[in-house]
Amino acid sequence: MSAAAPLTITGGRLVLPFGEPQLGGIRCAGGLITALGAVTAQPGDTVVDAKGKLIAPGLVDLGVFAIDKAAFHFGGITRAALMPDQNPPLDHPARVRFAALSGKPDLWVHPLAAATRGLEGSELAELALMRDAGAKAVATGRRWIGDSGTMHRLLSYCAMLELTVITHAEDAGLTGAAVATAGEMATRYGLPAAPAEAEALAVARDIALAELTGARLHFRQVTTRAALNLVRTAKARGLAVTAGVTPAHFMLSDTAIGDFRTFTKLSPPLRSEADRQAVREALADGTIDVVASGHDPRGPEDKRLPFADAEPGMAGAETLLALTLGLVRDGVIDLARAFALLAANPAALLGVPAGVLGVGREADIALIDPARPWIVNSDKMSASAGNTPFDKQGVEGRVMALFKGGSAVG
Amino acid sequence: MPAPVRPTADTHLPTAYLPQAFAVVMAPTLMTSPDARTSDRYPAGSAAFPYRDLIGLGGLAPWELLFLIDEAEQWVTLGRSAHKRDERLSGLTIINAFFENSTRTLLSFELAGKRLGADVVNMHVAQSSVKKGETLIDTAMTLNAMHADAIVIRHQSSGAVQLIADKVDCPVLNAGDGQHEHPTQGLLDALTIRSVLRTKGMGDEIAGLIVVICGDILHSRVARSNIHCLTTLGAQVRVCAPPALMPAGIEQMKVTPFHNFDAALDGADVVMMLRLQQERMSGQFIPSPREYRHLYGLTLERLAKAKPDALVMHPGPMNRGVEIDSNVADLPGRSVINRQVEMGVAIRMACLDVLTRKARGLEGWA
Repeated sequence: MSAAAPLTITGGRLVLPFGEPQLGGIRCAGGLITALGAVTAQPGDTVVDAKGKLIAPGLVDLGVFAIDKAAFHFGGITRAALMPDQNPPLDHPARVRFAALSGKPDLWVHPLAAATRGLEGSELAELALMRDAGAKAVATGRRWIGDSGTMHRLLSYCAMLELTVITHAEDAGLTGAAVATAGEMATRYGLPAAPAEAEALAVARDIALAELTGARLHFRQVTTRAALNLVRTAKARGLAVTAGVTPAHFMLSDTAIGDFRTFTKLSPPLRSEADRQAVREALADGTIDVVASGHDPRGPEDKRLPFADAEPGMAGAETLLALTLGLVRDGVIDLARAFALLAANPAALLGVPAGVLGVGREADIALIDPARPWIVNSDKMSASAGNTPFDKQGVEGRVMALFKGGSAVG
Repeated sequence: MPAPVRPTADTHLPTAYLPQAFAVVMAPTLMTSPDARTSDRYPAGSAAFPYRDLIGLGGLAPWELLFLIDEAEQWVTLGRSAHKRDERLSGLTIINAFFENSTRTLLSFELAGKRLGADVVNMHVAQSSVKKGETLIDTAMTLNAMHADAIVIRHQSSGAVQLIADKVDCPVLNAGDGQHEHPTQGLLDALTIRSVLRTKGMGDEIAGLIVVICGDILHSRVARSNIHCLTTLGAQVRVCAPPALMPAGIEQMKVTPFHNFDAALDGADVVMMLRLQQERMSGQFIPSPREYRHLYGLTLERLAKAKPDALVMHPGPMNRGVEIDSNVADLPGRSVINRQVEMGVAIRMACLDVLTRKARGLEGWA
């Protein structure tokens, strides 16, 4: 990448960590940002006129289930943290090393090491070796670790290794085979359901163990008022606890599962409208730190099944930016905070020098037209499968150009 | 993207017609005449039941439910005659695709089809290639390619019947999908109640009756279809179950939940007992069958808390001595469990007749 000509983008609006976007440009050389603001192109630079569009950091997508480069690039994602739920799982240093190189040069994949062998929740995997092979954090995978003793040992070990533990938060004993949140919708449709409190139970235990061990703990998705309150309180006490969410849980409530739409089958399942509102409040007040796509493309063989038999997950990479910008338009958050949720915070959590526009940072840059309207169409997605719960929905905000390490993508 | 849609409406009821149709159906003078021809009392042709499939009773209008129930009356009469045969479905093929074990419902559907003259074939899961890994959609496409004129489906997963219906070109009848709906059971129970009321000279108004449904509400598609049907027809429905077997938010379905069976029975006109599955009485949901009987078994003493002439119903098969005592199940004049079985065949004949009218080119339906 350092072989590429330096890049100068002019005439844009810079998305900075605080405040409104600033008119200006950006210059990158050697894969890094070298100047911000009133920049002038040097001879030999590749010059791009941003034409008043946003110059924003490339998105850092924390917790994807597949490397789907076309979808990531459509969505302005330059770095993706890959969940260990692969086949075979990322529970071995060699697999981590392979995954870390799998997207280069135009997409950087940050593997998340499987917390336990085979993600089975019992024996610790070789976390230090995986860290040194390129794992940026540790994840429990799609499931919660039910055994409190195992979770305790995991957190204390990761505290020593200075690795953040990313966990799924649903008490497995309470959820059982549930595919929906207990309530009117699940009852009408006759779907196995579990109380929303399964999330708060898991969050409460894991916060207690994080406090005990001093570990950094990130809940990949927190989707209920009760659990968000626990996170809020833990943060107020100064614990190193963070929380994430995907757009599904601030856009949709469980009414969306109507007519057995398997594209809305997610893990954790969609919640009540009251919980959806709680997620939006938590995005506004800073309780939630990360918005991620949870990208999990699934073809008809996984989704064209009765609801309870279908696999959970959605293809979310392409809609991540536009749906988060919807929060800005709705006045829930401002633009700077949107990019903190989408880029700066996940980058900080992974410990990678990206996610903000700053001199010396990696030149991962998205040119974004925040007002450009488009319609989500599951038949015409860049993702390897079109399982979006937002099909036919009109959204605003589109990536016009993307640069990874100062080089144009695509 | 799958096309998750409601049952297809081949013909839309003109909106201007709706209140008028409702008024006609609900007019008490017309309602009380059991011999009135249904054609006089409902919107003409397919407007009376403007759906290709019967997936569930949720969302159906009262006159649509009553249309199917009224249509069944003629088949009750036929079933009681010596010559139980009508030829109107002659030449049509009906496939009963049962992905879940069933004896009674399958037999009922088979009889219904045969009494209407159709060629009926049964596909059991044990004989099918589903066990070889064929997907549900592929099975649906295979059935479709055989040009069935109607497919009756039972499946263990909620929503599976809708999924198949979206993929085939003929009417689909839900014979029970998971814990979602069992629409013909809901209809036959309403027909049974009405038929007994008429026999006893107590009119035929389901509206205003207090109906108690007791048992495993959580896992019961029968309960859901009955709730939809009876509340739409104006009955007051009480559901009774221990907390572990009571689904969350059930009161949103316009029913009153009870945990105490005696309290639920107070003043009831109809007591509907649900079957408790064996695997749910072994400590997981209920400590033991005898403990279940202690709290929720319908005994003669308990039945006395309902109205003196209250009806006893059960969709079968019964666990005698668990959810219902034998002397209650066999109580003359009160237990209508066998009448339910009889009405089941008639309702299924009505549904098969109505859903195939378009294909048979009946005037107003084609």
